[in-house]
Amino acid sequence: MIEFRDVTKRFPDGTLAVDDFSLVIPSRQITVLVGSSGSGKTTLMRMINRMVDATSGAVEIDGVNVSTIEPVKLRRSIGYVMQNSGLLPHRRVVDNIATVPILNGTPKAQARERALQLMDTVGLDRSLAERYPAQLSGGQQQRVGVARGLAMDPNILLMDEPFSAVDPIVRDELQQEVLRLQAELARTIVFVSHDIDEAFLLGDQVVVLERGGHIVQKGAPVDILANPATEFVATFIGADRGRRRLVVSDTARPESGDDRVLVDSGGYPVGLISARDGQLAIGSPTPKSRSVSNKTDQAGDA
Amino acid sequence: MILLQALAFILDGQNWVSGPRILYQLGVTLSISAISVLIVVVIATPIGIAIGHTGRGRGVAILLSNVTRALPTLGLLSILIVLIGVNATPVAIVLVLLGIPPMLAGVYAGIESVNRSTIDAARAMGMTEGQIIGRVEIPLAAPLIVGGLRATTLQIVATTTVASAFAFGGFGLYLIKGLNTADYVQMAAGAILVTALCLLIDGLLAVVQRLVAPRGVPRDGADSASPKPRARASRSRATATVSPLQEGMQS
Repeated sequence: MIEFRDVTKRFPDGTLAVDDFSLVIPSRQITVLVGSSGSGKTTLMRMINRMVDATSGAVEIDGVNVSTIEPVKLRRSIGYVMQNSGLLPHRRVVDNIATVPILNGTPKAQARERALQLMDTVGLDRSLAERYPAQLSGGQQQRVGVARGLAMDPNILLMDEPFSAVDPIVRDELQQEVLRLQAELARTIVFVSHDIDEAFLLGDQVVVLERGGHIVQKGAPVDILANPATEFVATFIGADRGRRRLVVSDTARPESGDDRVLVDSGGYPVGLISARDGQLAIGSPTPKSRSVSNKTDQAGDA
Repeated sequence: MILLQALAFILDGQNWVSGPRILYQLGVTLSISAISVLIVVVIATPIGIAIGHTGRGRGVAILLSNVTRALPTLGLLSILIVLIGVNATPVAIVLVLLGIPPMLAGVYAGIESVNRSTIDAARAMGMTEGQIIGRVEIPLAAPLIVGGLRATTLQIVATTTVASAFAFGGFGLYLIKGLNTADYVQMAAGAILVTALCLLIDGLLAVVQRLVAPRGVPRDGADSASPKPRARASRSRATATVSPLQEGMQS
């Protein structure tokens, strides 16, 4: 469990990035911090591994204040995945993944073997192990980034907009991959995003932030969607534009079967709903259940 | 025809060991250059790394470098020789002062050129500052650092000729003596020798520069995001003799 307690961060230039922020991030779940740029979401995340130190207040991991832990030691115990992968360009894929274990004194052969296993875990072909990062596609680089983040088998994984620089199809695959990994590994993941759809897809808990790290609303995606706390949230999730307001189209319908087409209030198709005997389907599928079945192979982003 | 005569002068094996003793003067040139370059490297590299790594002190470095560049070499050497005497020390001091700016510029520009997000990632995964410098910044900056070394070495080797004005040895001796005795063949020979030496050293360092280029890195530095460059083909072009100090002068 990660806990922020009355955390404030003022940068030397006077910017108040985070103002009196408190939050509990439960273990073995994905918490998504979502907000526009300037909302302090990345700053908040970087306080967990002391890439940023709080001006006041405390960040605790399982009850231990991170400020009492030496930064290098702390960072090596926490996985970190960033935008544009942040891979070391002069090291081969396998060496990138093995970097932290080797820094921690794992014998090189053993660290490389583990790195190869991690490539399997994140869906990378082992034949890419001896390549340099620049020889990989953006999606593959991000997978390497995730593998590197998992190299020390950390309980906590910080992901800073890891998929915002890849194209939408690859992003979709990578998001599914995260869900698949999480179903398998069950880590405490803190995920920063500016994309509310990504937040709703990945988050067990979604925290909507406004300038200065003010929490406008937090909760499960379904609660936020059902009851947006403020105008801001409604705008942010697209409810006010009618993007989340769906109706059954009275014109478009499949040529056969009982299905009806759902459109948003702009008239754009978003999905299908079965309507046997004119009765719209109602149910409660387990959230994220599709991610486990939907294993993506990595050929798509090669 | 002076040039041909000068070549004949150089190609005459006797001249290498007796008379003008080209071999000996080559030794003098090389040793004073090597010592000066070594001192420059020892002084400028850590300072350059500190500036590049922290991003602080750049202004001061540019200022001091510009002051050094503005010093009249010959005048400074004269004063130092008057103060210290005719030996290697004043010559080395002048050469070192002259050699520091390009080396310093190469080192800090090299370190600064490393992609900030690469360094940020290295730090975030738990590298110490020393590890960031040693395992990330220096390997990625190596071509630019050697570029600085190249510029410094050329500057120093070429300037050794000036020292000869004060009866100090080296190829400059042929220029001075030749001028005094109207022996233009000897002068031309001196010029050719020092030029050839510079070209040779520059060529060697160019090879070194290629060898230290980090593998897998696209030509224009540490941009890991750029798509599929041909890693091997690109590294041959990693030549660069940086002069951000001169940019600094203009602004």
